[in-house]
Amino acid sequence: MKRTSTFSTFNILNGLFMILVVIFTLYPFVYLVAQSFSSEAAIYAGKVTIFPVEFTTKTYEVILSKPDFFRYYWNTIVYSVIGTFIAVAATAVMSYPLSKEKLRLNKFFIPFVLFTMYFGGGLIPNYILIAKTLDMRDTIWAIVIPGAISAFNVILMKTFFAGLPNELEEAGRVDGLGVFGIFTRIILPLSKPILVTIMLFVIVGMWNNWFGPSLYLQSKEKWPIALYLKQIIDNAVSPTEIGATSEQTSQIAASVKSTAMVLTSLPIICIYPFVQRYFVQGMMIGAVKG
Amino acid sequence: MAAHARAKSVDTTPLWKHVKKEWKLYSFLIIPVIYFLIFKYAPMLGNIIAFRKYRGGPNILGSEWVGFTYFEMFMKDPTFWRAFFNDLNLSVSYLVVKFPITLIFALLLNELRRVKWKKFVQTVSYLPHFISMVIVAGMVKEIVSLTGPINSVLASIGLEKISFISLPEWFPAIYVTSGVWQSLGWGTILYLAAMTGINPALYEAAKIDGASRLRLAMHVTIPGILPTIMVLLILDIGSILGSNFEKILLLYNPLTYETADVISTYVYRMGITGGNFSYATAVGLFEGIIGLILVTTANAVSKRTTKSSLW
Repeated sequence: MKRTSTFSTFNILNGLFMILVVIFTLYPFVYLVAQSFSSEAAIYAGKVTIFPVEFTTKTYEVILSKPDFFRYYWNTIVYSVIGTFIAVAATAVMSYPLSKEKLRLNKFFIPFVLFTMYFGGGLIPNYILIAKTLDMRDTIWAIVIPGAISAFNVILMKTFFAGLPNELEEAGRVDGLGVFGIFTRIILPLSKPILVTIMLFVIVGMWNNWFGPSLYLQSKEKWPIALYLKQIIDNAVSPTEIGATSEQTSQIAASVKSTAMVLTSLPIICIYPFVQRYFVQGMMIGAVKG
Repeated sequence: MAAHARAKSVDTTPLWKHVKKEWKLYSFLIIPVIYFLIFKYAPMLGNIIAFRKYRGGPNILGSEWVGFTYFEMFMKDPTFWRAFFNDLNLSVSYLVVKFPITLIFALLLNELRRVKWKKFVQTVSYLPHFISMVIVAGMVKEIVSLTGPINSVLASIGLEKISFISLPEWFPAIYVTSGVWQSLGWGTILYLAAMTGINPALYEAAKIDGASRLRLAMHVTIPGILPTIMVLLILDIGSILGSNFEKILLLYNPLTYETADVISTYVYRMGITGGNFSYATAVGLFEGIIGLILVTTANAVSKRTTKSSLW
């Protein structure tokens, strides 16, 4: 590389453009955090733009002193763990035979899976199936089962399996392993990167899922955090319900939304930088197929 | 996938012998295939309630045939047509803004020379993709609210405050901007991946010919990633009647239905909220079939013109 090109006009403009993108992306988060730490008077006067005004942690104290928030958080964790386990196991079991070129019926099974990427039953038939025909309403199964296997994840995993060297399976066979033994003792341990990728896809999906739960979970005590958050954003939860005393009411009303949003997105934002590469990698494996 | 050039030995054993020999591997498929039949294919068949007078209840066959009654009904329904054109308007506006911006952002990222800086910009720009739609919608509402930063700026320069979220004329702008915010970074991943696959010799040759960076981008990078561009365009065109359902559901309100109500939200209100299951299913089926036709057509066109396609 020639050093002289580093300070060209283009590079400077490009750098400025990137800074603008970073600001555009981060500003909404900055604003939420600022609002969540500001006083009601400052918020209602529209004074909060970048930094907290009249710094206070009241809203956090109130929310975190009530068990509600943690209960919904816990529900989300339960759904995520169980849902992820089912999804990863089912996806792996389905993808393994589909990755084998020697299986002649794959000519039929692969289009069978792929077709579901382009056409689906639609909202109402799915709702009737899950809520009425199978009567999964108000159970965890309505949340973790219907989306367990996706065609996209199957294609990702199948592509990864197909890329593993055949010789290792041969070696396993020589050592007397059966089909199932080869799958659990050789294939799965070698597939950690793709298993982690799919796991993360499912966890993020579960963590952010609110529409499914809003359709199928009637009992409030089963709600995931995303659904509770939606109620807060819709002003459907009164400040006293959140735990505010009468003199705290207006402070809570002013900043409870931003505080709840900060608290809910925090786990994702904290973990994300460390696991980002798995997502990117997953997208790329998918792309090679495309 | 392209046809293999090398001739493969054709397996001529009868199918039943093949299945018998490989039954252990095939048995892995039993539960997943049943899952697909129940949770993916049964709802497709469930669409028959669009042709029947379904009144609720677990059995979708306990009702009489009505033929295309519901289709005729929605074809005459002005609310359906409003939703149809809103859907087109929102997705086309979004596509027209998002597609070039994402491509340009990818090309500019590719020009960054300092690896750490590039990684930082990428990491930051991917972040919104992982944020829950509930939070995205909540953020949008806070930012455009009367006490939010946009209105603070308007007030400080002496302009009237605007109640963006309840004005139908502002909805498309809110929808498109928040969509770009969510997808700008993530949308570049496949482009950047395709760019690393371009043969460096092409760049060297063009540089020797005295090509500028702009010309390199125009004549080497863009042709190199054209298949990726086409595939992403096909996918986007296939979803032209599928505006972001969850986001609209979270952002719209009766005041903005005029521009914000789309087919999927209309189906939701008619079916889930209103209980008109058969009618809503007919509308939903119409949307699904149009989507399938669009993606198939776009794929065929792309196959013929650029030789890149989804299948």
